[in-house]
Amino acid sequence: MTKEFTFAPERFDLSVVADMVEAKSRVLDVGCGDGLLLQLLASRKEVDGRGVELSQRGVNDCVAKGLSVIQGDADTDLRDYPEDSFDYVILSQTLQATRRPRVVLEHMLRIGRRAIVSFPNFGHWRVRAQLLLGGRMPKSVNSDCGWYDTPNIHLCTIKDFVALPDELGAEIEQAVALDRAGAPIPFMSVGRAMNFFGAQAIFLLERARAPQHKSADDM
Amino acid sequence: MAFISPPPLAETKLPDANGAGVPHRAVCFGPDKPLVTDGGRVIAPLTISYETYGELNAARSNAILLCHALTGDQYAAGVHPVTKKPGWWDVLVGAGRPFDTDRFFVICTNVVGGCMGSTGPASINPATGRAYGLDFPVVTIRDMVRAQAMLIDHFGIDTLFCVAGGSMGGMQALQWAASFPERVFTTMSIAAAHRHSSQNIAFNEVGRQAVMADPDWRGGRYLDQGVRPEKGLAVARMAAHITYLSEQALTRKFGRKLQERAAPTFSFDADFQIESYLRYQGVSFVERFDANSYLFVTRACDYFDLAADYDGSLAKAFQGSKTRFCVVSFTSDWLYPTSASRAIVHALNAAGASVSFVEIESDKGHDAFLLYEPDFFATMRGFLASAAKARGLPEAIANPTRPSS
Repeated sequence: MTKEFTFAPERFDLSVVADMVEAKSRVLDVGCGDGLLLQLLASRKEVDGRGVELSQRGVNDCVAKGLSVIQGDADTDLRDYPEDSFDYVILSQTLQATRRPRVVLEHMLRIGRRAIVSFPNFGHWRVRAQLLLGGRMPKSVNSDCGWYDTPNIHLCTIKDFVALPDELGAEIEQAVALDRAGAPIPFMSVGRAMNFFGAQAIFLLERARAPQHKSADDM
Repeated sequence: MAFISPPPLAETKLPDANGAGVPHRAVCFGPDKPLVTDGGRVIAPLTISYETYGELNAARSNAILLCHALTGDQYAAGVHPVTKKPGWWDVLVGAGRPFDTDRFFVICTNVVGGCMGSTGPASINPATGRAYGLDFPVVTIRDMVRAQAMLIDHFGIDTLFCVAGGSMGGMQALQWAASFPERVFTTMSIAAAHRHSSQNIAFNEVGRQAVMADPDWRGGRYLDQGVRPEKGLAVARMAAHITYLSEQALTRKFGRKLQERAAPTFSFDADFQIESYLRYQGVSFVERFDANSYLFVTRACDYFDLAADYDGSLAKAFQGSKTRFCVVSFTSDWLYPTSASRAIVHALNAAGASVSFVEIESDKGHDAFLLYEPDFFATMRGFLASAAKARGLPEAIANPTRPSS
């Protein structure tokens, strides 16, 4: 490498994800956006990375940076990938925008032995406060869109999420809560405190056995 | 017939389609190196004409093979010796351009069956002393690639850094990746497909029928009789040219505008600008292209079906391939639409191959791959730069050499 890759320092969440990945592994980043995570992984962990991104603009930017990215939709295109074709499948801040989150996660755990998922926590105290006291959907969750425009259609709390891996035949290998700035909150294990104080969560799941009930995979 | 091994890169005078001597660089392969075609025929001797840009590095690892489209030829850059116009990919090939000739050795050949120096239907058949005409074997895209591989071997190049092409050139690039997976580090398929659709075949058939309907076609023996089916070939070109453009671009450039007149003439003159434009396209085409070549090259495109060669599974064609792929399509290309490129990407994913796929927003139709589109260029540059880094190619060539025979 002639140049050490430096990324935006405020993206702590990407750094946490990168730490979860073993060096020289094969990674599929679903919803890779501008390719920042793929670049970080290539630079720090020498991974063989590929990406799928919904926005054509994002894809073009990624390929122009030399990344191996194709245009695709997490909801419909993951079934094209063969089983066990990757070591890790990553879904960053995208789960809440998918139409069928459970199906997406099933595919991820089929394609890769390990899945890394990050999502905003609807159980965060600020969200509860805004709903309880303000009576309105929190802006942080709907980003800058109105409730009618937001792509975030499948919000969940950390507590909601932790029930799912077992049904998917996966185990939670690691769970990290992040604050609003995206910095990891130390000494926080999965439980009520994480559900209350974590603004975002990053989960590392590992395929353990066959899933309990496979959801209908019709598209 | 004994052949003297020609000096490499020497200029060989070969007749072009019109019989006038135009020098092209070429290599002649003697009867000891025949090309055995998919159709079970033999082409020997075989001449492959080509052009090169840039220098080959000492390790012979910086070679890029460009494959031309239906009516293209080996003059990808610089000035075309017959038309005097810029080469078909001059926008992309040159110092500092995406196919950087300061860094890469760029090769482009004329496909077998073509008419710019490579053996084709206008070439002299040694058995008869006259032009092959329809006696020339029907060649496939795979045959074209086999012939190119013979030239690459002749240059002493083991692995090509990149094989790239648009349209029929993209088909050849995909065939290279399928036929010679260890010899291709990257493949770029631009505005292409892995097989022709019924609509594609239909348009080609119209073109062929136009040529064959011209009374001067003479059953393909027009060169013997000193005539050429110019009208038929011009009409074929006009029809094909419409498929290379998009309706938006035609409307934007021509609309219903009249050609240098204030009102329709109530005749069958070229009243509309679009008519005048198409007539010009047809007339200028026949000056550089052989009518029989048009039949053979369109036939090769129609016969191309990469999946069929692999039990109907395109993914099998690329199974286990370590080649890095870049697939590009253009939004307004209705000849080889994005859906065709998506099918290729789908198969590459299923085969576990490394692929980048970009759809470029453009209103210039299929022809966009020949033109400057900023996103298209950025894609090419990014992909090639990353691949060159992975291959360990330096920024510039240290001790360039000319390939020896």
